[in-house]
Amino acid sequence: MMFWNALLLAIREIRRNLMRASLTVLGIVIGVAAVITMVTLGNGATEMITAQVSSLGSNLVIVRPGQRMTPGQPAGWAPAFKEDDVGAILEGVNGVRAVAPVASRGSTVSYMTESVFTPVTGTSPAYQEVGNWKLAEGRFFYDSEQRAGRAVCVLGQTVKKSLFSNTSPLGEKIRFRGISCEVVGVLLSKGQSAMGQDQDDIILLPLKAYQRRVAGRRSRQDVGTLMISVRDDVRTDKVVKDVTALMRERRSLAPNESDNFSVFDTKQIAETLSSTTRILTALLGAVAAVSLLVGGIGIMNIMLVSVTERTREIGTRLAIGALENEVLLQFLVEAVALSSFGGLLGILLALLASAGLAAAMGLPLVLDLQIVLLAFCVSASIGVLFGFVPARRAARLDPIEALRHE
Amino acid sequence: MLKRAGMTEAATALIELREVTKTYGSGVAAFQALKGVSFAIQAGEFVAVMGPSGSGKSTVMNILGCLDVPTAGEYLFLGEHVETLNRDQRALLRRHYLGFVFQGFNLLARTTALENVELPLLYRGMAVAERHAKARAALDLVGLIGWEHHTPAELSGGQQQRVAIARAIVTNPTLLLADEPTGNLDTERSEEIMALLTGLNREHGITVLMVTHEAQMARHASRTVHFVDGLVHSDTRADEVPA
Repeated sequence: MMFWNALLLAIREIRRNLMRASLTVLGIVIGVAAVITMVTLGNGATEMITAQVSSLGSNLVIVRPGQRMTPGQPAGWAPAFKEDDVGAILEGVNGVRAVAPVASRGSTVSYMTESVFTPVTGTSPAYQEVGNWKLAEGRFFYDSEQRAGRAVCVLGQTVKKSLFSNTSPLGEKIRFRGISCEVVGVLLSKGQSAMGQDQDDIILLPLKAYQRRVAGRRSRQDVGTLMISVRDDVRTDKVVKDVTALMRERRSLAPNESDNFSVFDTKQIAETLSSTTRILTALLGAVAAVSLLVGGIGIMNIMLVSVTERTREIGTRLAIGALENEVLLQFLVEAVALSSFGGLLGILLALLASAGLAAAMGLPLVLDLQIVLLAFCVSASIGVLFGFVPARRAARLDPIEALRHE
Repeated sequence: MLKRAGMTEAATALIELREVTKTYGSGVAAFQALKGVSFAIQAGEFVAVMGPSGSGKSTVMNILGCLDVPTAGEYLFLGEHVETLNRDQRALLRRHYLGFVFQGFNLLARTTALENVELPLLYRGMAVAERHAKARAALDLVGLIGWEHHTPAELSGGQQQRVAIARAIVTNPTLLLADEPTGNLDTERSEEIMALLTGLNREHGITVLMVTHEAQMARHASRTVHFVDGLVHSDTRADEVPA
């Protein structure tokens, strides 16, 4: 009963001074809105990166020649892989679902009057499974075409759009590096990769055909990258270890020599990237939380002014028979009502801001209800924290002095 | 805490001061505002407390209103020793037995007359419907029906004091304390307020204690206590004084 009274009195008081109340809570509104917006956008960024990385193919292990993990260090020369490494991995490593050899070279590709510069990639049909690619139309090239080295190709969306705009390219012949190649399929779009590359800027053709007609004479047998898809029930780090051991053996590395190739898995990349954005999100959230604190001090300031201004009123209440605790509770509830009101406004503002910004930045809107709830609870407790001192001051007023106050 | 039982004993006065002193400050700076005051008020009386400023009439008012405690002596309210009560106990005593009317009205700004009058009932934890009904009845009693939803700024001084009186009597108090209730009003409004207080005293049996420095106003009381220099100088009943 006492609480409801205090709430009623507090609401009446806020209503009496709506303008001042709104200005008072502005700090809280902005603080709550900033925290929620920052965290929401951060979560959106994290999710987008995770989605992009997993669009490479989940449980993917990538093997590249040379050690390129350390930035700034020259790659150095390292022997490329050969096509028979694919079979060796399939046979020699447990838990591998598929292995795709990938060799790539930038080429000018033309169709009729249109032309575009794009990486032309030779691979095997396993590439579709490994890279988790879906087809928009047509088909992927067959094993038989791979073995025969037929000049057939599958286009990514970007290439398809630049060369064919909206017409279907199936059955048409495109030209690059002096060969003419029939389009048999078009891939579904994957968008940007986690590193910002356009994954749809791609032309795939059988590795045999690539080696014979696209690759330079010196690198005719070379395979640039091996992409390994790992079975869901197998730990990728174990596969990484086994592949490393196998490749060391196949490349005849002595135990004291370091690897002249690198093996990494997409899960690891995804984790590294998303942990980075998570740290950034936490940092931004913390900065925003400081503004929440400043908002709390604003409330305390106004409450203190309000207690001084309402000294006579408090005196009247005490004379009428209000208990010390009732006055304390009234002012405390008032502060909490103010800060909660600010919190609600902040949440509202955050929803609008996050939706707007996420749309503008092309991020998915990942609203974390826990953060919303937390921000609200924090804003309410700020009311308790910063409302207590003014409330106690009000409650301890001497009624006689208070009544005499001008 | 407080027992109503005291009221049934006819012999017991409503309130009684026994050799009450009040000293402010200490040491050389000490100032004795009351130097041993004794007097009693019976239920149903209308007492005017008069005296020049510094005579101790405000101090005695604060003590009678349970806002302050005597330095020495006893203050019995319905037989209860007020000087032994703590702050909250005195607040409850005020809540349940006292009504206050101030010189400056002390209404809550930007708050309607009805809400102002309801305030003491709110502290009693009364339900909404009952609260509204009682507040309306009190406003009716002071002649302000139709003005319930006006805020103090929209009311004249006399009307504001009527609202304040309605707030003081809405709890049906045992004692109504009025501190210079006409101090901020012109003669005509003052007479209206005095007529209202007299009516409440005579027709509703509310005991009234009023502090004033205007003899004109004190004339409405049935008894006048004169303070000079922290002591009761004279204590006269209206019927004892030939007009």
